Amino acid sequence: MNAQSSASSGFPIAPLFALDTLWFQVAGTLCNLECTHCFISCSPTNHAHEMLTLADVKRHLREAEALGVKEYYFTGGEPFMNHEIFEILEETLCQGPVSVLTNGVLIRADTAARLKRLSDASEYSLDIRISIDGWNAATNDPIRGAGTFERILGGVRALASAGLNPVITVTEACEGAATQDGRTRFFDFLRSIGLPQPRLKIMPLLRIGAEEQRLRAYESWETLKGRELTPDEAGVLQCTGCRMVTSKGVYVCPILIDAPDAKMGETLGETARPFTLSHQACFTCHETGFSCRT
Amino acid sequence: MQDVNLGPFRRIALFGGIYSNYLSLERAIALAKAKNVDAMIALGDFGAFGPHPDRTVEILRASGIPTIQGNYEESLATGAENCHCGYTDPRDNAFAQISYDYTREKTAAAHKAWMATLPPQLRLTIAGKRLLLCHGSPRKINEFLWETTTPRPFIEKLLSDHAADLIVCTHTGLQWQRFTGPGRGVVNVGALGRPANDGKPNVWFAILEERAGDVAVDFVPVDYDHARLAREMRSEGLPGEFVETIETGWWTTCLEILPAKERARGRF
Repeated sequence: MNAQSSASSGFPIAPLFALDTLWFQVAGTLCNLECTHCFISCSPTNHAHEMLTLADVKRHLREAEALGVKEYYFTGGEPFMNHEIFEILEETLCQGPVSVLTNGVLIRADTAARLKRLSDASEYSLDIRISIDGWNAATNDPIRGAGTFERILGGVRALASAGLNPVITVTEACEGAATQDGRTRFFDFLRSIGLPQPRLKIMPLLRIGAEEQRLRAYESWETLKGRELTPDEAGVLQCTGCRMVTSKGVYVCPILIDAPDAKMGETLGETARPFTLSHQACFTCHETGFSCRT
Repeated sequence: MQDVNLGPFRRIALFGGIYSNYLSLERAIALAKAKNVDAMIALGDFGAFGPHPDRTVEILRASGIPTIQGNYEESLATGAENCHCGYTDPRDNAFAQISYDYTREKTAAAHKAWMATLPPQLRLTIAGKRLLLCHGSPRKINEFLWETTTPRPFIEKLLSDHAADLIVCTHTGLQWQRFTGPGRGVVNVGALGRPANDGKPNVWFAILEERAGDVAVDFVPVDYDHARLAREMRSEGLPGEFVETIETGWWTTCLEILPAKERARGRF
């Protein structure tokens, strides 16, 4: 879809100002959990996107270096299911700061110690971001799976013991998380489990993938059709500064990897062009100003 | 707007965010003069955080020090409702708003008008290297360039995009440098207004000078009467959290924007 036909379609167009944030769908859509709100429906059997190999990542890192990428994010699926994840992180940390989005349940003492060594060996920051959906099992487990609350906390504690301070990510599936009271409650909870400098990221729900079945899909009015994008609004949208590499190619952002028309090319260079905000998830980014980055 | 080029220099002092800390500014000017600098240049954010914002501006204007706009000057000059510091956390933004509302109320209209006349960037040369002086980054006045999240390939891209050899900035409040080649890289000069989250109450500025045909960077610690500043902040009704930072050297607010490693170095 080119800019011309996009304009006639009535959806606003997001330019790529600079490729600052490069995402890797390093575990594909394969996950050891099956969260009911997952916007890309990850599960142990979802092969829509396969794992990336070290060679895949290296190829894109070379291009990213030439393009002056500022930061790297790894997600899935569950990144620690990828057998090459440590080599991938080590390679990437030579080139820039790294964030890993994980559910934390595979992080044990040896994993955490290894991550701390990788972090210490780099001049850049390594951030581990762990998703949890409540202050207790009663709120978290119905979303992330039976018994996951305690297993997630195990991962958090392992990181804390190793000297890493994860960012805790909570979606608004956890009711009240985004309110001031909810945030305060989370900060207190995180201090109580051994994180003296608690770090928190609250994410809005994306009403695609599994979330369509859990709560609801987007309503027809939740669209950017007919809307215009001011320069300030464009600057806030993550797709004006990011791209996502999966086993199938390079996509506009980490959210739309199940949308065939969100694939923009095979190389990063091919994706250095505007994107039409025709997807309903674009509505959430626009309305909330949120970004998947920390 | 065409960048103003100040020409060649041998040794200059660069002042990062001053945040109304007129006491540390007075000390830094004295220290810089004692080091025989050719010029002193202030990189924006003269107000915020501390007391009596006009005192800093009056010192800067009286001294004739070249200055550029920070996000504070841009916001004050345009009558913006907030400081556009670029924080993402609600608590950080709440403290930033207290700071901005106080500064906006206490800054004279004539000073706000002067802020509108300041350039967003300046250029100069040292040892033949092209220096670009900005507040956050050359592409965005409130972009945070932190030590552990500003990688070499990105620095090279900024240098290439903005026709510079060395970018000199502030905005984060933490001083650092990263060189990608001789005389090529980024120097963040830190802040005069607030200690560097290291448990010590002193603040910092930077001296850049020609040395062996290259540009050398020295970060200069500034001890000043921080107890007096703390007293004045209290009597102005500024938040106890701000006063604590001045007294202890540990940041208590604006923490959520810190990258992992910078956060880990602090107490909170």
